[in-house]
Amino acid sequence: MVKKFGDFTAVKELDLTIHDGEFLVLLGPSGCGKTTTLRCISGLEIPTSGSIILDGVDVTDRRASQRDIAFVFQLYALYPHLTAYKNIAFPLKAQHVPKEEMDKEVDRVVKMLRIEHILDRKPKHLSGGDMQRVALGRALVRHPKVFLLDEPIGTLDAAFREEMRTELKALHVDINATSVYVTHDQEEAMSMGDRIAVMNAGVLQQIGEPHEVYANPVNLFVARFIGSPGMNLLACKPETGENGQLGLRMRGNNELLELPGTLQQLLKEKVERDHSLVLGVRPEDTTVHTAEQEHSLAAEVYVTEKMGSYHIVDLSYGEEIVRARTSAYVDMEIGQNVRMSFDMGRVRFFDSESGQSIMN
Amino acid sequence: MAQVRENKGARKAIVAVVLIIFTIIYMIPLFYIVNTSFRPWADIREYPPKLIYQPSVAAFIRIFTARAVYPPGQAPTEQELKDMSTIERIVYKETNERIVRTGDLPRRYLNSLIICVLSTMITILLGTTAAYGFSRFPVKGKDDWMFFILSTRMLPPVIVGIPVFLMFRNVGLNDSHLGLILLYVAFNVSFAVWVLKGFIDEIPREYEDAALVDGYSRFQAFRKIVLPQSVTGIAATAVFVFIFAWNEYAFAFMLTRNTAQTVPAWLPYQMGVLGFDWGAAAAGTTLFLIPPMVLTILLRNHLVRGISFGAVRK
Amino acid sequence: MANLKIVSVTKTFGDIEALKDLNLEIHDGEFFVLLGPTGAGKTTTLRIVSGLEKMDSGQIFLDDEDVSDWVPATRDVAFVFQFYTLYPNLNVRQNLEFPLKSPIRNTPQDQIDKKVAEVAKTLHIEHLLERETVNLSGGEMQRVGIGRAIVRTPKAFLMDEPLSNLDAKLREEMRSELSRLQKQLGQTFFYVTHDQTEAMTMADRIGVLNEGVLLQIGSPDEIYHRPTSTFVARFVGSPRMNLLKVHWKNDVLASPGEEMVFEITDAQREMLRKYDKPEFIIGMRPEDISVHDERREHNCFEAEIYFKQSMGAEDILNLRFGKLVVQATVPPTHGTTVGQKICGYFDIDHAHFFDVDTELRIE
Repeated sequence: MVKKFGDFTAVKELDLTIHDGEFLVLLGPSGCGKTTTLRCISGLEIPTSGSIILDGVDVTDRRASQRDIAFVFQLYALYPHLTAYKNIAFPLKAQHVPKEEMDKEVDRVVKMLRIEHILDRKPKHLSGGDMQRVALGRALVRHPKVFLLDEPIGTLDAAFREEMRTELKALHVDINATSVYVTHDQEEAMSMGDRIAVMNAGVLQQIGEPHEVYANPVNLFVARFIGSPGMNLLACKPETGENGQLGLRMRGNNELLELPGTLQQLLKEKVERDHSLVLGVRPEDTTVHTAEQEHSLAAEVYVTEKMGSYHIVDLSYGEEIVRARTSAYVDMEIGQNVRMSFDMGRVRFFDSESGQSIMN
Repeated sequence: MAQVRENKGARKAIVAVVLIIFTIIYMIPLFYIVNTSFRPWADIREYPPKLIYQPSVAAFIRIFTARAVYPPGQAPTEQELKDMSTIERIVYKETNERIVRTGDLPRRYLNSLIICVLSTMITILLGTTAAYGFSRFPVKGKDDWMFFILSTRMLPPVIVGIPVFLMFRNVGLNDSHLGLILLYVAFNVSFAVWVLKGFIDEIPREYEDAALVDGYSRFQAFRKIVLPQSVTGIAATAVFVFIFAWNEYAFAFMLTRNTAQTVPAWLPYQMGVLGFDWGAAAAGTTLFLIPPMVLTILLRNHLVRGISFGAVRK
Repeated sequence: MANLKIVSVTKTFGDIEALKDLNLEIHDGEFFVLLGPTGAGKTTTLRIVSGLEKMDSGQIFLDDEDVSDWVPATRDVAFVFQFYTLYPNLNVRQNLEFPLKSPIRNTPQDQIDKKVAEVAKTLHIEHLLERETVNLSGGEMQRVGIGRAIVRTPKAFLMDEPLSNLDAKLREEMRSELSRLQKQLGQTFFYVTHDQTEAMTMADRIGVLNEGVLLQIGSPDEIYHRPTSTFVARFVGSPRMNLLKVHWKNDVLASPGEEMVFEITDAQREMLRKYDKPEFIIGMRPEDISVHDERREHNCFEAEIYFKQSMGAEDILNLRFGKLVVQATVPPTHGTTVGQKICGYFDIDHAHFFDVDTELRIE
């Protein structure tokens, strides 16, 4: 599928298969094309070229109302003049479902979402979380083939968002409907997705299960985007040291980092001499030492972020910032000189020009 | 894919045809008037109307002049004919009249312009500031005030014609520019406040808040931030307010006579010796259309919302 | 550079009491975060401090001066809004200049240019100076918004959830930048948010506000490790603290269905006995619960993993103990699966205790 708006290509040649009953998350920064993709699936937009096939049927030409999908919008889009009950019943009313059946369906959904007590209220008297549930109820009441959710919890308070994440996923496990969920928040994607499809600038970067995308990012963008904080990326070049061993000349402060045998082997196979690389290492695999340490690099403390159960120490290394995850009982001063080391068994390498991972 | 595309093309064609038909229907009266102002006297009363005729500017001359008919037996001599200017000759040829003096139109036209431009400016000034006040400040009984303002439009203005006439006469505002200006402002301000409040409500308060915190007074914040962003609203309101005043007939007719009389109050009374002078009336109307058209054309850029407030990410 | 004192401020909107006798002191050069859910009164507090809103009663002291009756212009504070921070009809440079050009300040043009260049460099926006604001991304807009605040060196910076509208990734980056910026400038920052991560990572001190009442003030560590009420305990920390009602069973504490029987330490027993109540609320943070294949000596209870979220650096497990559900954060290498029966171990040393009725901390 390709989607253009005038000269601007929002989605470039996207090929995506979503399995029956799967909760797929479309993840990416603002403007990456994820919402456009969702809207094309729904029929609210028509692709410039390509097709959408739902349950074996080509629905590309069909209007949104004829595709048997349910859409949950970012700002709920509840009808302000109708009560919560009427909002949920609305799609059924539009299909002229008899009242008894309609009540039964609404009841079922209302119990599932635990909103029995707010049915008489109008949207302006509902909290954000309740409005969210009503919006979900309106989608659920129809037994659609696919649920499409466009950043539905983005506008809620942070505390609420976490609650809703678990609820939404639990709901999905209950009803097992095929769902496509769009978000820019990688935490949401990691916690809810059966698979995550990462997009950037209209192009699909990687698709896979959360732990796969986390542990084996295919390029620099995914490495940085997934994980909170994202993977540290350090510019370097393989260089043979005085002892004949292959090491990495780090651009940050020009130190030579020693490599274990396995990595030396890998680099010898995959990389040409003198080719610029990017070393990727996650904050939890980065350790900060206040004393001298073997196989470490010199850095300076830039700022400490207290996360409660752990701390993230931002270290300035040359022009780059490297983040390390430390215990909550450690306190460092800004400007303090320290040494940082990496768990070399878990680092990843990327080609500096193409941005692609060289690990395979 | 083909299915959807084709339908779109056919729909577009049908919509275009319907729009063209409606435009034509809408333009017919306008066309008719302009047409009539160029018809020679003899052709005007013809029915069915001749499609092709020799256009003449006599009607335009007549609307600008006061004339007298040459009494029978006192037709101009050969010499007099030769001495006549082109204008006098055209008038003679068409309606057998001689020009006595300049007519009343120029003065009335000027009155219309003065009264309408001034009343529009004052209305916009009062309306914008009042709308800003209602929009930004917690005025006690705001909703009641807004309703009250709106209620002044619920009355057919003519009902208060006589009381207003008597009031004006008492204070000496009869047949004066000031009187009519004040009256038009009074009627239009309600509309202006309602429309402008809507526009100003849409301008996020945060812009002025930021200016206030930065050290600007509320009036400066209003001038530098709210005004530039309300230009669309102000332009639209100005056009409507102007057109209302420009076309206003009832009060102009009741309250003015000579000094401050406006065109609408005078134009329907172009009686000539030969009966109602349709041609002159049409010519006067055609000329009368020009200022509102010019105003709308001048403001056309401001009537379109150009700049988005584009502050939130998307 | 100034300290800020909010003294007994009350504000009512119609019949809603937005702020109830609020007392708060922010130290000179401090990064203070007012944290609370939407509707708690955070924005109202900020607007009252800036002068954009009038309070019903109370006083505001800025730099030890009573500014309660002053208009916003004279208070010399800077405000960064959540939305609509930049004037759309001006370009970036003009936006940055705007505060300096206000009549109150009367700054000569060359000084204005110098200041704008300085600020642009600090925030890495030099390349954006001539751009129109409509052509900026969300993150760039917020940077310019912050720039417009810094350009003035006011007494205090007031920030109303400036990062809430940005993408999650951008928020992460801006957090460390803001933190570092504040330390660099050494100015007083009064920052308001509903996001506890923002509060924890950036603040020198946090004030937790709910329904117009200040519940606790302290450093991030204090708020996190010694919350004074269940509300604060649940609001700060992700995932949320688990709270359970427990009652005395001889010398130990048991959950209502006795799925869990906690063997508390002697010190804890002494403290609770002195408190003299039959029931308590026990609070355990998810990171203090671990998962094991075999039963450990004490405080380890049978459970089923009924939900799992793989966050990459850790896994969040929902454990079912009979009818009770508890969340635990465990390292990702544990190899757990949904449906698996395990033993959930509670590190009782890190338990928090709260009064059943008042929900306040017991210590």
